[in-house]
Amino acid sequence: MGYVAVKGGAEAIENAAKLLTYYRLKGKTEPIKVEQIMEQLFFLVDKVMGEGSLYAPKLAALAIKQSAGDIFEASFMLRAYRSTIPRLGYSLPQSTEEMRVIRRISAAFKDIPGGQILGPTSDYTLRLLDFELFYESKKKQKELIKNLFADIKYIEPIPKNLPHVVQILRKEGLLIEKLTTNGAKFVDITKEPLTFPAPRSATLQVMARGETGGLLLLAYSNMRGYGDIHPTIGELRVGYLPLKVKNPYTGKVFVVGEVKVTEAIVISKFTQDGDLPRFTLGYGLCFGHNETKAISIAVLDRAMQTEEPKSPSEDQEFVLYHVDGIDSMGFANHYKLPHYVTFQSDLDRLRKAQETANSHELEVNR
Amino acid sequence: MIYRYNFAFLDEATKREIRRKILKAIAIPGYQVPFASRELPIARGWGTGGIQITLSIIGPQDILKVIDQGCDESVNAVNIKKFITSVTGVKTTTDTQQATIIQTRHRIPEEKLTKDQILVLQVPYPEPLRLVEPSEKETARMHAEGDYNLMWLYLYEDIVKYKEISIGARYPVLVNHRYIMDPTPIPRWDIPKLNMADNLFLFGAGREKKIYAVPPYTKVEPLAFEDFKFRVEDFTGKACVRCGSTDTFLDEIIDDTTGKRIYVCSDTSYCDKRIKERESKYVTKTYS
Repeated sequence: MGYVAVKGGAEAIENAAKLLTYYRLKGKTEPIKVEQIMEQLFFLVDKVMGEGSLYAPKLAALAIKQSAGDIFEASFMLRAYRSTIPRLGYSLPQSTEEMRVIRRISAAFKDIPGGQILGPTSDYTLRLLDFELFYESKKKQKELIKNLFADIKYIEPIPKNLPHVVQILRKEGLLIEKLTTNGAKFVDITKEPLTFPAPRSATLQVMARGETGGLLLLAYSNMRGYGDIHPTIGELRVGYLPLKVKNPYTGKVFVVGEVKVTEAIVISKFTQDGDLPRFTLGYGLCFGHNETKAISIAVLDRAMQTEEPKSPSEDQEFVLYHVDGIDSMGFANHYKLPHYVTFQSDLDRLRKAQETANSHELEVNR
Repeated sequence: MIYRYNFAFLDEATKREIRRKILKAIAIPGYQVPFASRELPIARGWGTGGIQITLSIIGPQDILKVIDQGCDESVNAVNIKKFITSVTGVKTTTDTQQATIIQTRHRIPEEKLTKDQILVLQVPYPEPLRLVEPSEKETARMHAEGDYNLMWLYLYEDIVKYKEISIGARYPVLVNHRYIMDPTPIPRWDIPKLNMADNLFLFGAGREKKIYAVPPYTKVEPLAFEDFKFRVEDFTGKACVRCGSTDTFLDEIIDDTTGKRIYVCSDTSYCDKRIKERESKYVTKTYS
């Protein structure tokens, strides 16, 4: 008789983990340095920090290395690490107008106060594989950087304080004054449970931690036709925000560092606001340079303000319960766990139901 | 023990929050208390709700047992046990009677638990009404108003279709005559063990961010009709091939060599215990 394998679990999982590490290291090349990931794969680092809900570029790079590039796993490691650190306090509210901008554009107006600043973007590059990169070297790297700035005599500094483009609309009375907030209370969903209807502080926080692909999918469904908010990008900006903290005893404000964020404001179709019809807004902000995510958040933020939700992207519960990558990937993978007992129980019911069906058939035929 | 982390991994403020939510859950049997579930180094859906409860209530003197599908050696149980001991340093056991805290997935041990023991169940779906209503806002209302008509209708329609209630595991129960509760995917076999038990049951859903409880000596009744009674799994004529048991929940297995269907106890430590007892009795008989 075959033996029922019930022992040996501990050894098996340890060996499986060792084998995974071996797979990461078995190649002939040098091990990747964490600093290289930080410097050269910064979009990836930004994504992991956003979804991992912890602004820690070095730890994010470490997680990417350790997970061999599995972004879900890397974000997950960062989130788990986050659970071990108490939240000591909150930084002061910070206007994004004070952002140290590296990129800022508007699709609503041709020219905007402060100007359109393209910054580092792949938007207008041709997505042709650059075979030269096979032969990239330290020397070539230096040359490229030298040539890049050779012809530029003077770089005009970016203004320190750039007003938001939508302020123009607001001044003219074309914009709704107040957004639906479902109560103004500030909720921190890492410390308080998410309940419905969720206040806007909670919805924006959930989405800022959300998985880019998940957010994109839902936002895209709205853009394509399951919903009708018809967004125009009022403004998209990428840059660094100062992190200000108040000394709890002296009340003195300190700048303790800065975080890179992407902010998107979408202008959406107008609705009746009091006496006049006015444009509505959607807002998105996330860690790092991740434009797809910020735009998706802004679209969903607006979509969820729809008074009578009809499509998934307009339904707060649908969006907020399904965009978290850590939750969804964990659950999808848990189906790999044994389910013998539940399956046994289902088998019992099916057999009983078949038995009942058979005996009923006999009765009918008799 | 990993000393770089706080005792039991979670920071103290988090543990306090979870303990407060547990107390609320005990005070309102069967009611789902929302909590701000934290991420753990173990994936969502793999027992993070149960683990957060265990980590919040565990002390250095506790003796821990972890089972998955009734088995102490199952990979996930081993992994959870390894994690909890590495951040607490507590002793572990496979003996149900020795443990002070038992964390489990999909089973309640066969041996009766005492008032000094806590059973922590991992919960995939805390909401029993999800079967009939996808919206959380709506199910919260149904619970508040005790509006369970849709659930009863579901069971009724099931009988019309199959002449049986087709729910296998995760059989809905009514707790303390008030709340319908999801008992987690334990088999129907284990449902009666929840009723008027000596021990405390704590349920943790990490991904769905809910905690609920069945305190000791609480009435727990499976939903049923007068003419369609609740029935546990039928193992008539079957016995465990290892210990010979005919009064435990059995796993059905296809034998590798003969291809025949055989049965073994799902609660492996109880099965081992019975084998040992039988052997010692046999030894005493032959040599006395």
